[in-house]
Amino acid sequence: MLAYTIYISFFGALVVLLMPKGSRMAIRTVALLCAIAGFALALTAFVQHGTGELTTVALAPWIPSLGIHYHLAADGITLCLVLLTGVVAIAGVLFSWNIEQRVNEFFAFYLLLIGSVYGVFLSYDLFLLFVFYEIVIVPKYFLIAIWGSTRREYGAMKLAIYSFVGSAMVLVGLIAAYVVAGSHSMDLAALASYRYPLHFQMWAFPLVFTGFAILAGLWPFHTWAPTGHVAAPTAASMLLAGVVMKLGAYGCLRVAMTLFPLGLSSWGFHVLGFGSWRDVFAVLAVIGILYGALVALVQSDFKFVIGYSSVSHMGFILLGLMTLNQIGITGAVVQMISHGLLAGLLFGVVGRMLYDRTHTRELGKLGPMNLSRALPFATVTFVLAGMASMGLPGFSGFVAELMILIGAWRVSPLLAIGVGLGIVTGVAYVWRAMQKAFFAEATTIIDPHPPAPITLPEKLGTGLLLASSIAVGLYPQMVLRLIAPALNTPLFSGLHGGGW
Amino acid sequence: MTPLPYLQFLHASLPQVALDVAALIVLFTDLAIRKKSLRLRFSVATAIASAGCIVAIVLLLTAHSQVNLFDGMFVTTILSAHVQVAILALTIVTLVLSIDSSFTEHVGEFVVLVLLAVTGMMFLVSARNILITFVSLELLSLALYSLTGFDKRRPQSAEAALKYFLFGGISAAFLLYGFTLLYGIANSTNYAQIGAAVGASGLTPLVVVAMVTSIIGFGFKVAAAPLQFWAPDVYQAAPNPVAGFIGSSSKVASFFAFFVLMTSCYGAVGGSAAWENVHAGWVPVVAVVAALSMIVGNLGALAQSGLRRLLAYSAIAHAGYMLVAVVAHGADSLGTLLYYVTTYSVSVLGSFAVIHVVEESEGSDQLIHFNGLSRRAPLLSMCLFVFLLSQAGIPPLAGFFGKFFLFAAALRGADGSGLVWLVVLALAMSAVSLYYYLQVLKRVYVSEPPEIRGRLRTPRQMLTVIVLLAVVVVLAGALPETLVRWFGMIV
Repeated sequence: MLAYTIYISFFGALVVLLMPKGSRMAIRTVALLCAIAGFALALTAFVQHGTGELTTVALAPWIPSLGIHYHLAADGITLCLVLLTGVVAIAGVLFSWNIEQRVNEFFAFYLLLIGSVYGVFLSYDLFLLFVFYEIVIVPKYFLIAIWGSTRREYGAMKLAIYSFVGSAMVLVGLIAAYVVAGSHSMDLAALASYRYPLHFQMWAFPLVFTGFAILAGLWPFHTWAPTGHVAAPTAASMLLAGVVMKLGAYGCLRVAMTLFPLGLSSWGFHVLGFGSWRDVFAVLAVIGILYGALVALVQSDFKFVIGYSSVSHMGFILLGLMTLNQIGITGAVVQMISHGLLAGLLFGVVGRMLYDRTHTRELGKLGPMNLSRALPFATVTFVLAGMASMGLPGFSGFVAELMILIGAWRVSPLLAIGVGLGIVTGVAYVWRAMQKAFFAEATTIIDPHPPAPITLPEKLGTGLLLASSIAVGLYPQMVLRLIAPALNTPLFSGLHGGGW
Repeated sequence: MTPLPYLQFLHASLPQVALDVAALIVLFTDLAIRKKSLRLRFSVATAIASAGCIVAIVLLLTAHSQVNLFDGMFVTTILSAHVQVAILALTIVTLVLSIDSSFTEHVGEFVVLVLLAVTGMMFLVSARNILITFVSLELLSLALYSLTGFDKRRPQSAEAALKYFLFGGISAAFLLYGFTLLYGIANSTNYAQIGAAVGASGLTPLVVVAMVTSIIGFGFKVAAAPLQFWAPDVYQAAPNPVAGFIGSSSKVASFFAFFVLMTSCYGAVGGSAAWENVHAGWVPVVAVVAALSMIVGNLGALAQSGLRRLLAYSAIAHAGYMLVAVVAHGADSLGTLLYYVTTYSVSVLGSFAVIHVVEESEGSDQLIHFNGLSRRAPLLSMCLFVFLLSQAGIPPLAGFFGKFFLFAAALRGADGSGLVWLVVLALAMSAVSLYYYLQVLKRVYVSEPPEIRGRLRTPRQMLTVIVLLAVVVVLAGALPETLVRWFGMIV
């Protein structure tokens, strides 16, 4: 049934494209129904699927003469991320309820994007995974270029080119892996069980890992992320930060690290203190955490604050992966979920609730508007989401960051100190943005044109994202029970060598 | 001396005969109706020519005999028959797309020249003899030169034709020079015997000169850098159907002939282009040409303001990708090359058809005229979207699968994974290509349409063909199994 998440989204894209241009309400409703259907399917699978081990969802020959199959499968990690996609998809539709221009094209691209994201998470055949991974680029570009704001064409193009360069790197690695393994199969399990020569893994791993990590906002390849997020319309930045960046992180874990585990091993020599690719990427991740947080601290555009905070939070995920212990990697997956929900929420507040009403994102201009009075709902939402993203206990961010911190500590206390500094800076930038935007010295003049009140779709979307984050925060076992068995499948045996 | 089997030759070359008979009928019919409207004349001529092509296709597909006549001068195999079918099918599409043209009053002559060019291509495909290779290449080229200059209203058309002719003449001279050396080495014009003689002599200076001149001759034909200078002008100024024709059918025939020539005549002196393991031979030379083409084509396309010139540079880039298959020359390289070149041809034909529609309405192919096209012609825009993204290599379109198929085969080829540097370069350059394809699509989908312009009128049969081509591109990419098997079988 889970495969229908993909089909429903693609079919929905076709339907909204063919609907008459005038019927905006009907188009939105269809898009919402598609998103809800996907969510419902994901939730059903999430609840029913107790063990978190790998199950095949669909398997059919596709290009059998090249050993390529239409193979969808889900394990615990997949299920969590598919559910995340479902939640963010619904919230995205709700937050783009006010789109008036070229509505059917907007939702067609939107659903195409959602469907491909489901596709990437569910694919077990690497050719199929790559197909979905690249389809994502196209709707992303058009969503930003057509419906975006500040420097949208630049931001969209930059994002598209960065993604495409990343995926080209991945493609080189995949083709090479396919050919070296004998060109029999593109199945992930089959390729992961093949023992590639060490020297091959030593160049293929960084290539594929970096290729995916570009989309995950790895420093110094992160620059597409802030400009892209800022330029994107609200729903697109929610999806972008919420799920698309997770595709990169997922690819790192699911493809690069399972295919080429030896690429993480020691080089046998040291360059500038780095002894392996693992050291390199771990340090880049920590730099990303600190750099993103520090830059977020000095931004004057509200969306840039959130954009750079995404870079910082994605750094946590990559660091979690590089700990190579169960708790760290589990933390990384939880952080994917957590950041997906919270980034979606933060972009929703800034892009939809504030920018669409006040037409500015300058912290200095938002301050005097007395927003805590004018838009109390937005204020409360931002405070909660901000708290959550600082890692306040009770929200999902806390669980994730704690696990990554423990994982990092086990590897090297130095890394853990870096992470700790990142968390502290995270508190600072959220606090600063909150203070400047919502609780600045209120001018006494009453605005003659008070911003329109928060609409019902916005409230529903907010509620959904917040509730999910709190649910994961209060009862992390909900996702942990699925992630742990998934990490113990033979697929990851190259990393843990029989036991973590 | 045994009597030459002329009757057998006539029988085996019936498809070519059918084309030429169709050409004659076109000429006379057009003479009879020359007072009628241009559209009618184009329709009648196209119908007759297409009928000729269809008869040829049927003859090719039903003939089971494999012949090798006159010492390799005329060879038919299942492979050559299928390549010829692909060429004929692309020609039919080209002809149908030209029905609405108004660039000439000499309809009959135009269609006849197209058919003659196709005859040249068909002989080129079935030639395993340097003499016939050269003659059929000239037949093809001469027809293309005159077709390029067919639009007498535009001076650029004549300029492009002259440029094409001069460059073509020089490169043909190079080719002929090389072929005479080959004859001197082998005392034969047959590919197989030349291959044996070259193998026996090794990489002597004489062989090197012959090899380089052969690469020059064909490199010109497929518009590979540094022999690409004619391409932008010809693509820009030739009548629209001719530009599509040069970019599609002619590409298929030339690439096939190039692959066969290099692998059979110079099979023994290939050398290697593997990274850190380069050996002298034609392979490293072609590898350099391929790399140059990718770089020149993709970087050149970035600076273009007209879609035709942009497609010309992208054609140079694609020639570079396809040459990777020639460089690899492994067991399955030819199959992947054919998949790539045919599906690429389909998307080129489609793109030129869209350009044609826009030009008819706006008067030029400048990118600015594509602003807001999606609001003025949604279906047409969607087809252009498919054609361009396929060329950029976005899945699930044919261009992506072509790249995957081709590069995977390249790493399995003669040099094995030593060719990874070429694959990396190709994919890096295709990331550049996404930029300029998206620049076009940005105008189509993002920019606002000019205010006073209403919907764009697209002739119905034109739109039907364009949509069909787009469907082919999508299906060939999403469900490539049939084609993969087919190419695997015929090669």
